[in-house]
Amino acid sequence: MTAKPANDDIIICRDVHKWYGDFHVLNGINATVRRGEVVVVFGPSGSGKSTFIRTINRLEEHQRGQIIVDGIEMSNDLRNIEAIRRETGMVFQQFNLFPHLTVLQNITLAPMWVRKRTRKEAEQTAHQLLERVGIREQALKYPGQLSGGQQQRVAIARALAMQPRIMLFDEPTSALDPEMIKEVLEVMKDLARSDITLVVVTHEMAFAREVADRMLFFDKGEIVEQGTPEQIFNNPQHDRTKLFLSQIL
Amino acid sequence: MSTTEVSPTALKPPQSSVNVVTLLRQNLFNGWINSLITVVLGWLVITVLYQVVNWVFTDATWAPIVTNLRLFWVGRYPETVLWRVQACLALVLLLFGLSGGLWGGVVRAVASGLAALMVLLALLPFGGGMRLYLAGTALLLGAGFVGGLRFPRLLRWPTIMLWLLSPLIVILLIRGFVTWSVIPFVDTGLWGGLLLTIFLAVVGIVASFPLGVLLALGRRSKLPVVKGFCVAYIELIRGVPLITVLFMAMLMLPLFLPPHVRVDNLVRVLVAITLFSAAYLAENVRGGLQSVPNGQVEAARALGLNVFQSTVLIVLPQALRAVIPAIVGQFISLFKDTSLVSLVGLTELFGIARGVIEQPEWITVTGGVQREVLIFVGLIYWIFCFSMAQISRRIETRLGVGTR
Repeated sequence: MTAKPANDDIIICRDVHKWYGDFHVLNGINATVRRGEVVVVFGPSGSGKSTFIRTINRLEEHQRGQIIVDGIEMSNDLRNIEAIRRETGMVFQQFNLFPHLTVLQNITLAPMWVRKRTRKEAEQTAHQLLERVGIREQALKYPGQLSGGQQQRVAIARALAMQPRIMLFDEPTSALDPEMIKEVLEVMKDLARSDITLVVVTHEMAFAREVADRMLFFDKGEIVEQGTPEQIFNNPQHDRTKLFLSQIL
Repeated sequence: MSTTEVSPTALKPPQSSVNVVTLLRQNLFNGWINSLITVVLGWLVITVLYQVVNWVFTDATWAPIVTNLRLFWVGRYPETVLWRVQACLALVLLLFGLSGGLWGGVVRAVASGLAALMVLLALLPFGGGMRLYLAGTALLLGAGFVGGLRFPRLLRWPTIMLWLLSPLIVILLIRGFVTWSVIPFVDTGLWGGLLLTIFLAVVGIVASFPLGVLLALGRRSKLPVVKGFCVAYIELIRGVPLITVLFMAMLMLPLFLPPHVRVDNLVRVLVAITLFSAAYLAENVRGGLQSVPNGQVEAARALGLNVFQSTVLIVLPQALRAVIPAIVGQFISLFKDTSLVSLVGLTELFGIARGVIEQPEWITVTGGVQREVLIFVGLIYWIFCFSMAQISRRIETRLGVGTR
């Protein structure tokens, strides 16, 4: 490792670039996230914000620059990638629960196979997590039998079961009906109060205003502006930020 | 969820009363053209049915089947050591009984079906010893069932171990040993009839399944060598008929091998069927793999599962479930395709049928006996294939739980 990161920076991105063919989707991203911080990433669609958080656990490969997660540098070394993935949980827009497994099995799978927990331990943790996300009684159902909001809460519980230091949320409420968005956001607010680091791509500005420590505004593959919700909402500096906020608020 | 009271004024769905007369009128006799078609077709069906029933019970000569039953079941397997085949059948039935009692579900349905079949066969007018044996196997199956139901803890592991050992036991028992006089050696050339058909089909299915899955995964591999090999293999095999593969195995293989190396004919045929079936299976499985959304793999990776774990735990179960109908369809055609081995000199069920048709005893029968013989073996093939289709349907409904 070339640079020893400061101890309280859990995610460090230095000059990260990525292309899809000729399309320059990430154009020199520099960003750091401190331990325990809640960072909201927002911006117009196609701005690279989803790609950005997917590079943090290597679902997308970056082609230039440096990403260091919890002291581990992201490289082509599979062991590093798997070590980083064990520390980062991810919640997807489309939930991506495993449809052939019950809710309980969805949650216990990774702890048992990756962390080598016994079934008993894993199930105990799973029940606690289901309690925490408010769907204790659905443990033995299959994902297809749950509503979208319930599925997304299971997905959050599944990610939390690995006891990650970082949780990545990729537009977690975008595929949900309006009445279900609230129940998922409530769970996320609860998480924001814990000491887990949260990076959230979302269009839910009320949520951002309430819980974000910092906000990153993405446009055309660049971080155009960043600051506290206060600064972003009340005193945006860039025209593009102002324009985007005026369109969605 | 809250339950809402149905208000008394709420509109009820229209009641559809099913009445045979109205049903007939609506579907068969609405208008004079349809009535005419119904009458004409009805007359045709009745006439044909009458002719068939008449033929079956008066004109048909069933003697070739009755006198050659043993040939149909086991081919030229020596009568003196027939108990070995019977013991194998008893073992398999016992295992099905145990499993049905232990696990329920589809296995239980299969066990019940087999028990019913055995009872039915025992009621048929075979020789006394045979009927006793059949009734005995039915009892054994039932005993296994009750045992599995009563003592699940005690019998679970022995049953699993016995299942795993059963192929070896069956093959060794039927084949025997040259040096051991308790179960003397029986040349594979003597194996035949339904015994050989089932043997070919079961070995073909069991061996080609893992091979097909590996080929399908290999075809999606990012490594060019692996991918290239799998594509070449699959496309090569799919481009030729099974019969040519069988002839290759029987006629060409000896040319390539040194003269002192002899590979048993049955083994050659088994390898040919397995390699052939695996190529088709691979394409079916690949279809299933493609139906699993990419998000599933991403979710598995994001949780820290490695490539092997995410393939075995997440992708394959979903992929295989999606293609059960196609896979079973392919196994059904494999079962029927075993009849082709009669063309390379093995006397499985269809080979026996051809032999029986040509027996000199039936030359005097007008029109020959091929109709009777072919209907008989056709019926046997149908019973097996239909059962496989039924089992597949049950597995599908059972596994469909998660996707509701």
